[in-house]
Amino acid sequence: MKSTEKNAVEYVGLSKVDGPLVFVENVRDAAFDEMVEIHTPAGELRLGRVLETSADVTLVQVFEGTTGLSNKATRVRFLGDSLKLPVSTRMLGRVFDGFGRPADGSPMPFGGEPRNVDGSPINPQARVYPRDFIQTGISALDGMNTLVRGQKLPIFSGSGMPHDRIAAQITRQATLLGEEAQFTIVFAAMGVTHDVARFFTKTFEQSGVLTNVACFFSLADAPSVERLITPRSALTLAEHLAFAHEMHVLVIMTDMTNYCESLREVGTARGEIPARKGYPGYLYSDLASVYERAGRINRSEGSITQMPILTMPSDDISHPVPDLSGYITEGQIVLERDLFQRGIYPPIAGLPSLSRLMKDGIGEGHTREDHAPLASQLFAAYSRVKEVRGLAAVIGEEELSPLDKTYMKFGEEFEQKFLNQGEFENRSIEQTLDLGWRVLGILPRSELHRISEQLADKYLSARSEEDESEA
Amino acid sequence: MTTASIVRVSGPIVDAQGMLGAFMHEVVEVGPDRLIGEIIRVSGDIGTVQVYENTSGLKPGSEVHLTGEPLSLLLGPGLVGNIYDGIQRPLQTLSEQSGAFIARGQKAPALDTERKWRVNMRCKDGSQIRAGQVIATTPESPVIEHRVMVPPDAGGTISEAVPDGEYTIDQVLCKLDGREIKLCQRWPVRQPRPFSERLEATTPMVTGQRVIDTLFPVARGGTAAIPGGFGTGKTITQHSLAKWVDADVIVYVGCGERGNEMPQVLMDFPSLVDPRTGRPLMERTILVANTSNMPVAAREVSIYTGITLAEYYRDMGYHVAVMADSTSRWAEALRELGARLEEMPAEEGFPAYLPTRLAQFYERAGAVRTLDGTDGSVTIVGSISPQGGDFTEPVTQHTRRFTRCFWALDTILANARHYPAIHWLNSYSEYAEEIAPWWAEITPNWHQLRRAVIEILQREDKLQQIVKLVGPDVLPDSQRLVLTTAEIIKVGFLQQNAFDEIDAYCAPKKQTAILDAILEFHRRSERLIDRGAPLVRVTELPCRLALMRAKTQIKNDDQDALAGLKHKVIEELTSVEAEYQ
Repeated sequence: MKSTEKNAVEYVGLSKVDGPLVFVENVRDAAFDEMVEIHTPAGELRLGRVLETSADVTLVQVFEGTTGLSNKATRVRFLGDSLKLPVSTRMLGRVFDGFGRPADGSPMPFGGEPRNVDGSPINPQARVYPRDFIQTGISALDGMNTLVRGQKLPIFSGSGMPHDRIAAQITRQATLLGEEAQFTIVFAAMGVTHDVARFFTKTFEQSGVLTNVACFFSLADAPSVERLITPRSALTLAEHLAFAHEMHVLVIMTDMTNYCESLREVGTARGEIPARKGYPGYLYSDLASVYERAGRINRSEGSITQMPILTMPSDDISHPVPDLSGYITEGQIVLERDLFQRGIYPPIAGLPSLSRLMKDGIGEGHTREDHAPLASQLFAAYSRVKEVRGLAAVIGEEELSPLDKTYMKFGEEFEQKFLNQGEFENRSIEQTLDLGWRVLGILPRSELHRISEQLADKYLSARSEEDESEA
Repeated sequence: MTTASIVRVSGPIVDAQGMLGAFMHEVVEVGPDRLIGEIIRVSGDIGTVQVYENTSGLKPGSEVHLTGEPLSLLLGPGLVGNIYDGIQRPLQTLSEQSGAFIARGQKAPALDTERKWRVNMRCKDGSQIRAGQVIATTPESPVIEHRVMVPPDAGGTISEAVPDGEYTIDQVLCKLDGREIKLCQRWPVRQPRPFSERLEATTPMVTGQRVIDTLFPVARGGTAAIPGGFGTGKTITQHSLAKWVDADVIVYVGCGERGNEMPQVLMDFPSLVDPRTGRPLMERTILVANTSNMPVAAREVSIYTGITLAEYYRDMGYHVAVMADSTSRWAEALRELGARLEEMPAEEGFPAYLPTRLAQFYERAGAVRTLDGTDGSVTIVGSISPQGGDFTEPVTQHTRRFTRCFWALDTILANARHYPAIHWLNSYSEYAEEIAPWWAEITPNWHQLRRAVIEILQREDKLQQIVKLVGPDVLPDSQRLVLTTAEIIKVGFLQQNAFDEIDAYCAPKKQTAILDAILEFHRRSERLIDRGAPLVRVTELPCRLALMRAKTQIKNDDQDALAGLKHKVIEELTSVEAEYQ
């Protein structure tokens, strides 16, 4: 039935072309969300999909741009099915475009199971709450904003900041404590430059994981609408690997701001009423349909951990893209320009960064008993540092009380020794926590409200003895 | 059953022709998969339908079936402990049918039709029964006795009443003027259930959260809003409330939120024990989960599903609390659907009827005398996710008009990991006066304690503005004492660790005891400084740290230790006082 439909009718001519959209009149039987083939007058083949269908007009979104389409000679064919991607483990080690078509010169991987790229929502009842600690070897993450398997934790960055290097370091170093299992990486690039894409492929190559990586590239010079499909193709493969083959998949998506801009472009072309900053009112739901495809389910050992990267236009965290992302994702890693300019790598902001799933992935049996109170105390003390610095900027550092001066010293040490580390430095969780205690030791014990006597005795005195013996 | 045919599909909105005679909010089944939808506009013979599932693949010409019924819930024993999606499909059953992903067009009965319930009849043949009267009971969970009520539109003389015994929800228990009465009944979600009168809300809903119970209390039958930017702890606050609030039944609506928040509840609640009944919390909880990636039209209706379930238990004479997280996602669903209908928007693209809908929702809260003559209540706590954390946006502003408690979560407090990040100056509660008599039973001077804390916090805020300009050293000791006490109040009283075994729930007696001790510290220190003692003599006392740590170190029922806290303060300060006679 489907195949006859597929070959049966071809429509010639369009009633209107507007931005990435074309309107076709008097189409019979076009289904909502159906895929469409468009043959340009020059003989080129393009793909599109139905955004709205009615008895008289069908609205089609063209993925590869409408350049060269004319009202008259363009031919349109409705394919009778929604966009599907054949997925298989043979896609690992390969590079694809946004639709999952090979972009590395080799042929399409053989076989594979066709799956709808939009996926289906995971039944909340069938989800398994993620709580397996991932050690990234980065103190600012492991100690303060712990990542767990099945979490979606974005990096909120700004242009020029080293988000790509941090993401690369995470892919190199991420391991599960006590398990050798490596992450399988699915990488989706949307609207980023060729340089960024090359940086990542080179990183994968150098760390020898290339055969364990699948890349989906829709770069800056590709048609913008293709970006709307790219993360969905990548996640369709990730779901297959995680839930059919029980792999642990880390999905890196960069840059979500470009994705949202494409969504805005289509919304504007359709004449939709915009919500904030011209972005469509359904931006939240649309982003959720991407981000929520992370997690673990009760029928498989595998997991999907997402690390989307987005650049905040003019470092503004209240911009709709970071704002709505933050409401969906389980925390955020915020990069701070001030730390970056002072040469601290990774410039992960102490206070606005947050990992929501941290509390259940740390502590005894996961990392160490002292992890939660230590992190909480470091946060509280660092927040005091920010206050004291504000005061010092007004009255001068000399005028500060002795306690506030101690806080200033703590702040400096915390940033230079705890946050700051090398791009290839891989710290174990014990090293990170010990470092945390060492920095905390600068403060008088009466300031440590969040640490119980027992923990303070155990870790702080051990530390000071050690320091003494070193001296 | 009338049939119509589709003429247009645009996302979740479908227009169909041949709908003459269809009514607003009638349920329809759309397309070959029979997707469930609801009529939201009728114009000539064209009806506009919002479909509760993904409409991918629907075509013009496909059939639409009218069911002749408004969107209704199935109400009966078996609701408690269950987890539903926005249109009351049981997620557990769906997952057994189709695996971890929700397939389209899946259908399952909301309640188990096979299970037999042990029913105790409370009526016999010939009794005269009013609408809403309880005619039988059955133990639904170890803590909830399900009271079978006559539907609000029935009444009359009982006949053919069955004896006590085991029955399924579909079996007839008796006839009422010929009408069959079963264990279950149906009720349209968008229509509030009737009661006999509204009562004044004079009892607090004790939440075990110090900042709420003491500073910004909510009454049983009241309404509260929790606005806050992302990361400020709305969901954690809602979870804490759902865990510890002294309501009989909790309805938790996860509306357009994260998928992982539901398994967190499902993991926590069965293992957590209700401090009042000693039973797992799940035995009093109903979950409605329509996460952000589930269809947007079902998100719109999930709020009404939650409140209708709550009203049903209220009518049995229970005190019910509804947690709606988050009402902003619901408002966004209205906006999204409104935009698809090409309605003229008001502020920020939201439809002009947003305030009306919010008012309708919050007005379904209240303490009431039920049709059966008992007292019950529905309390609503709605969280709000304002874009960019900006409280001037329409959803926050309109919600403020219809709620009487406002728990403003603050980003700066949250960044400093001061949780719950409820800001003491931006929040308010209109119930404090009405419920003061209840608290006076626990501590006669509750009202004075509360005023004193608020006053210290307000003074501290003013002093902080000076400190920001010139540093704390220029302030006289009497003013620096205010800063010291305010810090003790913040750390030792306002901050509460939801994940600490002892601190997670703070009983009213413990709340007032800590507060009393802190204020005693302040009073005596003030006197001491008046007599010329330097501030450091006060701050170096061990009781300062003890006050800050009491919340995590003294158990709720340890009356001796609680009383000892104040004694410690008095003892230490008296010994210093001796030097400054």
